Amino acid sequence: MQQLISNILSGMSYGSVYALLAVGLVLTYKTSGIFNLAYGAQAFVAGAVYFDLRVRHGLPIPLAFVVAVFIISPLLGLVLERALFRHLRTASPVARLVTTLALLVAIPQILKLWFGQNPQYGTQGIVPGGDHAYNPFGTVFVSRDDLATIGITIVAVVLLTFLFRYTALGLRMRAVVESPRMTELAGIDADRVSMSAWMLCSVLAGLAGVLLAPLFAAVSEFNYTTLVVVAMSAAVLAGLTSIPVAFAGGLMLGVMGEVVDAYLPTNSVIASNLRPALPFLVLFLVLIFSPSLRNRRELADPLAGVDPPPPPPAASVRSRFLTNGTRGLGVLAGVVVGYYVFFHAASNWRDVAILAAILATIFLSITVITGMAGEICLCIATFAAIGACTTAQLATRFGVSVLLAMVVGAALAALVGALLALPALRLGGIFLSLATLAFALFFENVMVKFDWVGGGALPEPTPRPTFGSVNFDTTSNKSFLVLCLVVLVIVSVVVIAIREGTTGRVLAALGANEPAAASIGISATRARITVFALSAAIAAIGGSLLAMYEGAVNYNPDFVSFQSLFWVVLVVSIGSRTVEGAIQAAIGFAAFQIVVLNEVVPWINNHVQPWYHMGPPPQTLAIILLSLGAFTYAKHPEGVLEYQKRKSLDAAQRGIDWFKRGKDAGHPTSELAGTAPEPLRPASAPGSS
Amino acid sequence: MSLLVARSVTKTFAGITALADVSLDVDEREIVGLIGPNGAGKTTFFNCLLGIVKLDAGTVIFEGRDLARVPTYRRARLGIGRTFQRIELFSGMTPREHFLVAERVRNGRGALWKDILFLGRPSADENARANAMLELLDIASVADRPVESLSLGVGRLVEIGRALMTGPKLVLLDEPSSGLDRQETEGLAVKLRAVQKEQGIAILLVEHDVDFVRSLVERVFVLDFGTLIASGPTSEVFADDAVRRAYLGDLV
Repeated sequence: MQQLISNILSGMSYGSVYALLAVGLVLTYKTSGIFNLAYGAQAFVAGAVYFDLRVRHGLPIPLAFVVAVFIISPLLGLVLERALFRHLRTASPVARLVTTLALLVAIPQILKLWFGQNPQYGTQGIVPGGDHAYNPFGTVFVSRDDLATIGITIVAVVLLTFLFRYTALGLRMRAVVESPRMTELAGIDADRVSMSAWMLCSVLAGLAGVLLAPLFAAVSEFNYTTLVVVAMSAAVLAGLTSIPVAFAGGLMLGVMGEVVDAYLPTNSVIASNLRPALPFLVLFLVLIFSPSLRNRRELADPLAGVDPPPPPPAASVRSRFLTNGTRGLGVLAGVVVGYYVFFHAASNWRDVAILAAILATIFLSITVITGMAGEICLCIATFAAIGACTTAQLATRFGVSVLLAMVVGAALAALVGALLALPALRLGGIFLSLATLAFALFFENVMVKFDWVGGGALPEPTPRPTFGSVNFDTTSNKSFLVLCLVVLVIVSVVVIAIREGTTGRVLAALGANEPAAASIGISATRARITVFALSAAIAAIGGSLLAMYEGAVNYNPDFVSFQSLFWVVLVVSIGSRTVEGAIQAAIGFAAFQIVVLNEVVPWINNHVQPWYHMGPPPQTLAIILLSLGAFTYAKHPEGVLEYQKRKSLDAAQRGIDWFKRGKDAGHPTSELAGTAPEPLRPASAPGSS
Repeated sequence: MSLLVARSVTKTFAGITALADVSLDVDEREIVGLIGPNGAGKTTFFNCLLGIVKLDAGTVIFEGRDLARVPTYRRARLGIGRTFQRIELFSGMTPREHFLVAERVRNGRGALWKDILFLGRPSADENARANAMLELLDIASVADRPVESLSLGVGRLVEIGRALMTGPKLVLLDEPSSGLDRQETEGLAVKLRAVQKEQGIAILLVEHDVDFVRSLVERVFVLDFGTLIASGPTSEVFADDAVRRAYLGDLV
């Protein structure tokens, strides 16, 4: 009994922090329509700042606390709101999701430039001697930190309640929460209210971040981002609308976690794997069983209809001459680069080419699920890992032919994808994405640790395939490159065929207008299962190739959930709707590794460091820069690539028109002018035509 | 035998009775009207027929088959097409693409392996059917423009064409004249009659434009506050006093 009370009390301190985060999540969602995936990253910032000031520089507690929670945190919220989220009000739900994803990827990496790459130990709470434990009832221990956390949370909640009940700002926030448009009609500047709300939420994140540090004994990005998963469960439990439910849910999940943790048997493999996975399981279950989420779509801006339609893809409006010219140039460039890489370049360029081909294959799964179906799936890397593990296990332990094992892996991943889609079917938009994230984290924390999945302590070795007399072994990376390219071409053709075919059209129809699609007999269920299975299979093929290339399934770092997030952000910002978008995202990333890390970084070291010392450039430079690129997404949802394509197409068309006009002046309707895209204008009414 | 029979359909929302014991039937190749003032429950009744809203009581029978457990998209495949009051098109697609999608769903060329094998191009037959529909509705000149650039009137025709491409036996039209001017409405009536004659379909028309209903419909049902207050041949119903009071306003 005392054990139980003790567990409940320590659960309360976790629960308080979850509750703070959950309230912040709900508040942000309601005031700005954004489900802030990067909330944990914001908490991490405050935690790191507090640690730096308090532990490294020995500042007094109140000063460090005030700077971290009441200066840095609101400042961060202010910057994010002004620079990004204010402009996302009318953006599509996918654009909002991608932006917060990019922040989730980028903020910790940027912070670590200054804070240090590794977790920092020796944290201190906000009360002196925080680990001193009180023992009021004999055997029930409560530490001073726990008491401080619970106390601060109570104070924060009382203040929040007061703010909402009795101040003008609180009243406005409540109004914006109810209906931002109504509020604006009543003459209140919703932007200002949203800004205050972001700052307030950021303070809540900061508070949670500072309070969390002593609970974990280390300031590490991982703790914060996974902890937010629990807060997300609480927020989702509240349907992203009810602040009291979010608070109670957070508290309850904290207590439940500790109690369940205490009563789980400690000696079995399942229990020791299950323990860290509890938050993700809870999120997954809450998502699936929460009745308030059934068939709920995200609220779209009712005025979105007045926005101009997205421009058609450049490829569909350009003239045949330009299309053929572009294709010719593309083939020529491919041949020249291929020839160079094969016969002249240093071998590390061949590695770049192989990596690019493999990544492009994986990225094509994002083209299918995000570009064609409009869903953001956050477990692409997990699907890839399923393929890689299956291939490795079958090939190494059962002696199955490696290529056959790859196909089996793809089939298995397709099955897992379809099964995952089944319970998640009723979820839309952000909730589906969260379910996939929960699945990825679950796989990472439980499944991979099983010997028969991840290979146990050591990465499962994966042989290179043999095909007839051809042996794709490590000494001949050339033949392996050919294999990867062949696979990429096959997968690309399949993706294009599906996009142009019935499945692609049906998905486009579903994405554009689900009720209308249902009215002509399209089943969203079947389409979504198909797309998940297909996407999973493609990712699995890429994952198998990656394992073959590296000779083993290196789950960390190749397939960790972070990779999924980064890949999605990368592909979506380059262009998720076209095959070449995926390929160029892959080439860009692979080449970035070599060009920047091998060329630019030494140059900086030689030429900039003597003038301005900035420490060794991090390995994560590529991740930071490329994920920041995602902020263009809200402006160019078709992707940077497509945007540039359209711009250069316009320029080329203008050039051709100018050339033609010069050549045959007096013939205003030349052949090309006839095929050029007509400017869109309202069609005449049928009666008058 | 009646194509569609709705018997004693009842639906309440939070204590408000939206539909009370409403019965209605549509025969094959017949244009039937359902009229009533705003808030009479027309759209709710519509949603009940399509399975978007679950019935509290009553049955909906289509071709002798009880639809109670048939999901919305399956009702479409059974042969119930529809249009929407607020126009619902697939943004970013052209009218031709709308028709091709509907055609594909109808002929069941939806399997993934067929896409991969045949590269998914529309066949000559599919193109011909889409072209025929474009001709029938007289929108061939705008067939390859994105629907966002089309006027509301053309958008309505695209919706109707999309519904017709699924090869329906019954089409439910939800206030097709709303948002159209007088001239467009008349044009729509002409086209609807032509389409109905050529395709031999039944139409259930929900409307409150009286002239439009009169020009098209042989039989009409009148809803008011969720109850059926009159039904019968168009001319008789419009002469009925109760109908005039409830709906037309007492002009006499």
